[in-house]
Amino acid sequence: MGGHLFHMEMADLKTPALGEASKLSTTNLVFHYGSFKALHGISLQVFDKRVTAFIGPSGCGKSTFLRTLNRMNETIRSSRVEGEILLDGEDIFKLEVSALRRRVGMVFQRPNPFPKSIFDNIAYGPRINGSVSRSAMKDNVEQSLRRAALWDEVKDKLHDSAYGLSGGQQQRLCIARALAVNPEVLLLDEPCSALDPIATAKIEDLIFQLKDSCTIVIVTHNMQQAARVADYTGFFLMGKLIEFDNTTVIFKNPARKETEDYITGRFG
Amino acid sequence: MLSFRRKAVNAIMLSLTGVCTILAVGTLLFILGYLFFHGGTSLTINFFTKLPTPVGEAGGGMANALLGSAKLLLLASCIGIPIGFLGGVYLAEFGGSSFSFVVRYTTDLLNGVPSIVIGIFAYTLIVLPQGHFSTLSGGLALGVMMIPIAIRSSEDFLRAVPVSLREGAMALGASKAKTILTVVIPAAKAGLLTGIMLNLARVAGETAPLIFTAFGNRYWSPGWEQPTAALPVMIYTYAISPYPDWKQQAWSAGFVLLMLVLTVNIFARMILTKRGNAAR
Repeated sequence: MGGHLFHMEMADLKTPALGEASKLSTTNLVFHYGSFKALHGISLQVFDKRVTAFIGPSGCGKSTFLRTLNRMNETIRSSRVEGEILLDGEDIFKLEVSALRRRVGMVFQRPNPFPKSIFDNIAYGPRINGSVSRSAMKDNVEQSLRRAALWDEVKDKLHDSAYGLSGGQQQRLCIARALAVNPEVLLLDEPCSALDPIATAKIEDLIFQLKDSCTIVIVTHNMQQAARVADYTGFFLMGKLIEFDNTTVIFKNPARKETEDYITGRFG
Repeated sequence: MLSFRRKAVNAIMLSLTGVCTILAVGTLLFILGYLFFHGGTSLTINFFTKLPTPVGEAGGGMANALLGSAKLLLLASCIGIPIGFLGGVYLAEFGGSSFSFVVRYTTDLLNGVPSIVIGIFAYTLIVLPQGHFSTLSGGLALGVMMIPIAIRSSEDFLRAVPVSLREGAMALGASKAKTILTVVIPAAKAGLLTGIMLNLARVAGETAPLIFTAFGNRYWSPGWEQPTAALPVMIYTYAISPYPDWKQQAWSAGFVLLMLVLTVNIFARMILTKRGNAAR
């Protein structure tokens, strides 16, 4: 059956599947919110320059998992994390947190532009991470907006407030803002859940273009979206990673009954 | 029958709430109108430029009280705003423990302390050791009065900045301090400013804490070490005097003080609504 990759993963997590290079890997990742255990020993690999999607019902831990990858969960009081996360083989808990977050960028569920101009939103990351010359900054802002496919829509109003943009534009602005610090990995936490179908399609196109330069990890409620954009898909259920495989395998021929039930809509 | 009863209750309650609203708004309008009628009509440029004249002599103004109030508010701001603002930052950004609960509770208690008691505090701290009344002691009393409201309003406006903005900054590698300085405080700027203005407007009318600190003065107060006139104290002194022209001056001073406070209030609210609309 189609579950061969899943079993191989479980057997030997350190071996990249299908000759792919591993960018991020987690081993036995456990996460607690106070006394609530949100993640039960997650082990998986995120491959370099690929799109990895996590699906699962609300509260299954997929967002929590994503937020441990750039240590965003550390801001939550009484949370506790165990296990290992490696970025290019380096333990992320030994890296300086701001350095880690520059390398592993994040875009959130709801667009969260700062109450500043479009330009200042994009320039925020480079500015706080060291001074850059004015002309280099302009180039960086333009390049980031182009990478986020937003340049043509905003090039004449760079100094207007970011709040004047539509929801979809704001979300692409947030992607551009994350790209401005040149992250190696981009974490997207349900980036389209607040957007209409047209804006969603634009973000999906963008994800497709970005994977040439970035490793992308996306959490989504929308299974079709995972099927459309992801190379690999993981299915979470109640804090456990039930199955992780090629997207085609997950959607066409899942090894586990839970995955099949969720995908076919019998559950969730 | 039931429908009649329902409609009657509705009519009674609606008129009751309406009457109370009119009473609330009407009180302000009545005070405004009454003050304008008694004080505003006799207000001349002399009020703003001249010193008080001796009893019986016509003319004269309260220029020294206006300047005195300004000096007192400046001193109060230097004490109240930094302490209040930084305290608010602590409560909003680093609080959450039992210590912040104690701080919040204490500021609420301080806010409830009668202003005359705050006056006694400043009197004991500065006037008694120095042996004379001073602008300094009055400024301290008003500054202490500003602290609790400054803390709570700063805390509220900083807390109102959405978590998503803080997360956005931290996800780009900003430290907590940098996030507060470059995102949270700028986002709360309009609110923080409004809080300061409303706070100033409130203490500008305080009389009790000044009676035995700034004390009052019929002449210019040359520095910070001497007693000084202040608008609210001047109103008090003039209003309880037996002389008709002093009473008239008190009305004018009351009108000026109210207009100043109202202007600051309206201006502060305008900043807030303008900002609110821009952010939506």
